[in-house]
Amino acid sequence: MIEPRPPQTDENPAGIHLPLDPLPGHSSRGRLERVLRRGEFAVTAELNPPDSADPEDVYERARVFDGWVDAINAVDASGANCHMSSVGICALLTRMGYAPVYQISCRDRNRIAIQGDVLGAAAMGVANILCLTGDGVQAGDQPGAKPVFDLDCMSLLEAVRTMRDERKFLSGRKLTTPPSVFLGAAINPFAPPYDFRPLRLAKKIAAGAQFVQSQYCFDVPMFRDYMKRVRDLGLTEKCFVLCGVGPLASAKTARWIRSNVPGIHIPDPVIARLEGAADQKAEGKRLCIDIINEVKEIEGVSGIHVMAYRQEEYVAEIVHESGVLKGRKPWKREARADDAMVAERLGHILHDDTTERPQEIVKAAAH
Amino acid sequence: MSERHPTVTQATRVRQAAPKSDYKPADVSPQRRVQRSYAVRLWSVRHSRFLEWFYERFASVFLMLHPLWKAIGYSRVETPVKFVEKRVKGLMFDCRMCGQCILSSTGMSCPMNCPKQLRNGPCGGVRANGNCEVEPDMPCVWVKAWEGSRNMVHGDAILNVQNPVDQSLRETSAWLRVTARAAAERENAKSSEAA
Repeated sequence: MIEPRPPQTDENPAGIHLPLDPLPGHSSRGRLERVLRRGEFAVTAELNPPDSADPEDVYERARVFDGWVDAINAVDASGANCHMSSVGICALLTRMGYAPVYQISCRDRNRIAIQGDVLGAAAMGVANILCLTGDGVQAGDQPGAKPVFDLDCMSLLEAVRTMRDERKFLSGRKLTTPPSVFLGAAINPFAPPYDFRPLRLAKKIAAGAQFVQSQYCFDVPMFRDYMKRVRDLGLTEKCFVLCGVGPLASAKTARWIRSNVPGIHIPDPVIARLEGAADQKAEGKRLCIDIINEVKEIEGVSGIHVMAYRQEEYVAEIVHESGVLKGRKPWKREARADDAMVAERLGHILHDDTTERPQEIVKAAAH
Repeated sequence: MSERHPTVTQATRVRQAAPKSDYKPADVSPQRRVQRSYAVRLWSVRHSRFLEWFYERFASVFLMLHPLWKAIGYSRVETPVKFVEKRVKGLMFDCRMCGQCILSSTGMSCPMNCPKQLRNGPCGGVRANGNCEVEPDMPCVWVKAWEGSRNMVHGDAILNVQNPVDQSLRETSAWLRVTARAAAERENAKSSEAA
């Protein structure tokens, strides 16, 4: 008989894929909200969505984050490039007990589709939803597509909040069970109009945002100024701010990103530092860790969001070397008792040279 | 880097990427552009305070005329009013006739000209020079809106969360809608006072 392993923190003992017990003051039954509300420094990462229909591709990409992150963002065709849908990725991840952040962008779907997807995702165990406007279709691989933008990130936040708190659709029709989700939004402190950006965060909080993830931060002084204004407005008490960070692969990539990806601000000293290094990739990682060490000290920053596009294998090292977890171990996928039993039985059937017929098994069981 | 750049628009980029052909359309964009220059729109934003003052007067005149509109019938005046509204606002703000005008809350910069039609503030893609990510030659509608709102008396209306656009009101007159609503409100107030 296999002994069941002791349950980890933030895990439902009845099954890893099940929602956690509701806690007072929490709006979702997920892990990310618990970590943030306990006051722990949260780490989230972004999963690079596969261009395939194989679930194993998703699991493989999620496995590299095992035990290092509190939630995994499932991007919704980021940069307007077509990939596996975020709701599909979330469905796969929740089955395996991961805590995904379901990103919704307003570019591709109208309010009818989005509200339906919110219910579907919540039913599949998604506890965190990140509301985005989305990049324009011109940025992606299919510039001939119709840009929808029926809602914007603000009205999307409000729509989901209304569904959760007032138990109704935008039309006013009642929901029998509301989606209990932790609502997130994105911020970009590094784009004009700079004066308006903190007020825009206030607006997002008014619309329903409970946590925000920022765009890539490469300019720490600028982020510090932004955070100061956010603190002065009293917003950090109403909302958890996660700072977006990520390694740059080389000075060339950095230059390319700067001129081709809208909204990412990379100051010259960063590029100069990369250029001066012998191993640019290692330096990019080092730079990312240095930025994390600086931003984690800023008052009001509750966590980091690591976006290591195509360098996902470095996330664990970056989190480990920056020491942001302070020895805390985020939830890790481990085999359960029944998984282990199935694996053992399967190994027995496949590898041990036995011929067992059902009749024999029944006979053996009868004795 | 020299100061004079050839204007790069979204259409330029699409044209460059398009297969070789004798006919390459001049104006291709995911969101149809209605004009090539933004001078008048930018003038309106610069004079947002004056326009705010003017609109206040204009709206009260329109409201004063409510008995007239009602006598002729709102449905009958709709066509001529819409004709004028579309042309006037089209010239001043590059109006897209969404039918639910929020210019007073957006610093007199029409948010429907944003390629993403955002009604609640700028997206994260604004270029460092304050231009749009989709249309590289267009100043971001929301950067301008923020500037315009700072000049206005009730500029802080930009901080209100706006509802999503009701697509069923497209191509209808916002002026008449606002007037009819204000008149109904006034009557309600009067009747509750009398009661």
